[in-house]
Amino acid sequence: MLPGRCLATLALLALGAMAVPAHAATIRIVMENMVISPAEVSAKVGDTIEWVNKDVLAHTATAKNGEFDVTIAPKKTVKSVLTKAGTVDYYCRYHPNMKAVLTIAP
Amino acid sequence: MFVRLGIAVAALSLLNCAALAQGAKPTDPQIAHIAYTAGVIDINAAKQAEEKASNKEIKAFAKDMARDHEAVNKQALDLVKKLKVTPEDNDTSKALSKQAADKLAELGKLKGAAYDKAYIDNEIAYHKAVNTALETQLIPSASNPELKSLLQTGLKIFQGHQQHAEHVAAGLK
Ligand SMILES: [Cu+2]
Repeated sequence: MLPGRCLATLALLALGAMAVPAHAATIRIVMENMVISPAEVSAKVGDTIEWVNKDVLAHTATAKNGEFDVTIAPKKTVKSVLTKAGTVDYYCRYHPNMKAVLTIAP
Repeated sequence: MFVRLGIAVAALSLLNCAALAQGAKPTDPQIAHIAYTAGVIDINAAKQAEEKASNKEIKAFAKDMARDHEAVNKQALDLVKKLKVTPEDNDTSKALSKQAADKLAELGKLKGAAYDKAYIDNEIAYHKAVNTALETQLIPSASNPELKSLLQTGLKIFQGHQQHAEHVAAGLK
């Protein structure tokens, strides 16, 4: 009974893995009290970043290499999908002392 | 540049002198008033810049300043209300306001690129002076933990604005 169920689950997992090869995940990055956390995040191409701004100020997540430039209004969440691999240093254009790194695997 | 740095230093000394003159560190109601006044000063400077600036980046920067400082001041008002603290006018606030009014009048006489450059240079010097005051006077003197933490976040915002202003100034050349 149990082994059978396990096999079925494994099969489903395998199917799932085939359907979404990149195993897309959603990763939360929070901006609160002028700090981006986590400051270093590892992700994969196809993952979704959920930018959560808990401050009363607008912030941006602006890639130094021009890869992305997301504006997040006060108390809002914005989602964006990672499309290209690489190590991206990003900062807030309005408050350049807010800095973090996103490492995107292929 | 030296003149403007001088103004920044003078603003800081005013903060220190006023506190010393009272023979004690500023109280929480006074600190709240000084912090709020510092925000109002930058909002007024931004409103002038939104009208007078000719450079697109300067105009955008001014808009950012007005928006941020209005949001922070609203948060500060909400906090003092919650804490039942009534902001108390004081010599430091008065000196800051007087100095800011003079600066606004001085900037008001300039035009075009000369105005843009004077505005952004003053923004750098002003944010620098407020940062020093926050670090050395206001944050250490604040006794209410919530007020202290608001000032600490305020310091990070002002530091961010200073860097933003420095980027904009560098882009003018
Ligand atoms: Cu920001």
